[in-house]
Amino acid sequence: MAVEGKAIDALSQFDLAPALGAVGRSVGFTQSNLYMLISGGLIVLLMMWGMRHRAIVPGRMQSLAESAYGFIDDMVLAQIGEEGRRFFPFVFTLFMFILFGNMLGLFPYAFTYTSHISMTFVMAMIVFVLITTVAIMLHGKKFLGYFFPEGAPIWLAPIIIPVEIVSYLSRPISLSIRLFANMVAGHVMLKVFATFVVMLAGLGAVGPFIAVMPLAINVALVGFEVLVAFLQAYVFAILTCIYLHDAVHLH
Amino acid sequence: MVDSRDSLKNRLKAARDRQGLDKPQAGQGGGPTSPWGFGLRAGVEVFSALVVGVGLGFALDRWLGTWPWLFLLFFVLGAAAGVLNVYRLFNPRSGARKN
Repeated sequence: MAVEGKAIDALSQFDLAPALGAVGRSVGFTQSNLYMLISGGLIVLLMMWGMRHRAIVPGRMQSLAESAYGFIDDMVLAQIGEEGRRFFPFVFTLFMFILFGNMLGLFPYAFTYTSHISMTFVMAMIVFVLITTVAIMLHGKKFLGYFFPEGAPIWLAPIIIPVEIVSYLSRPISLSIRLFANMVAGHVMLKVFATFVVMLAGLGAVGPFIAVMPLAINVALVGFEVLVAFLQAYVFAILTCIYLHDAVHLH
Repeated sequence: MVDSRDSLKNRLKAARDRQGLDKPQAGQGGGPTSPWGFGLRAGVEVFSALVVGVGLGFALDRWLGTWPWLFLLFFVLGAAAGVLNVYRLFNPRSGARKN
């Protein structure tokens, strides 16, 4: 539990443990994987079950599914342009998977798989490999011109090119660190203030009254975390779109 | 019915475009609006560029046995790339979004 020997243990919530009993243990199936499966299932359920009527006037689930679709569709069109349509499935999957992971992680006892750098980094590497492949496939050798902005004086090339390459390589890292750090920071804060509630409540007669303060902070924090959960999924998706725009158009 | 609705929408959009009523929204997104968001994002950009620079420098040094010279060089390059990332945060690449 949170309070073990009067110490604040805010990081054990990120420990991986085998899920699904002996089968999970033998194949290394953790609760992180379990929540990935759950969120994948929920997304499929939302889209399939929500769209089962295909009504002109949508019901609740249908309008949820439609607004999620429309949100990403607008984003892809605005950022990449008309030729970005073919990247819609990719961006949509990425956005929904991160959004559901962040939101599911806010439930009590749930595990946030986006709070692991290995997970977010792999997603960012997928984006990185995709944008590089797209740029090379569409532009071939001209892709190398991306690292040297036209119009710059040629004698600056030895400085500009390495800096541009490092800047390009830093994309997957900043993408993954942003999501991971936001999720970890939020969950640590929640855990710390929740531990304060328990500790203060044990302080005799006045304890429960003081404990209301961290409890109030936690209530506000949960609301803030819902915002962060959405915002980080949005930022990840829109940065993917911006990178794809750069890959499709180069300059 | 759907056709006529869509064609009205298209004609309306074409007319609005001619008049310049719809501002192109591209390039607005991705930028955080609050000062905190800006600060955090700038920090992440600098940090990740430094990580890449230091990592590349270490790897090349181990490979070529030139410790610490490439490490120092790539540390500076990483710092410059970090500044460049932050600069791009405010001014996206020139001409990138003129459509």
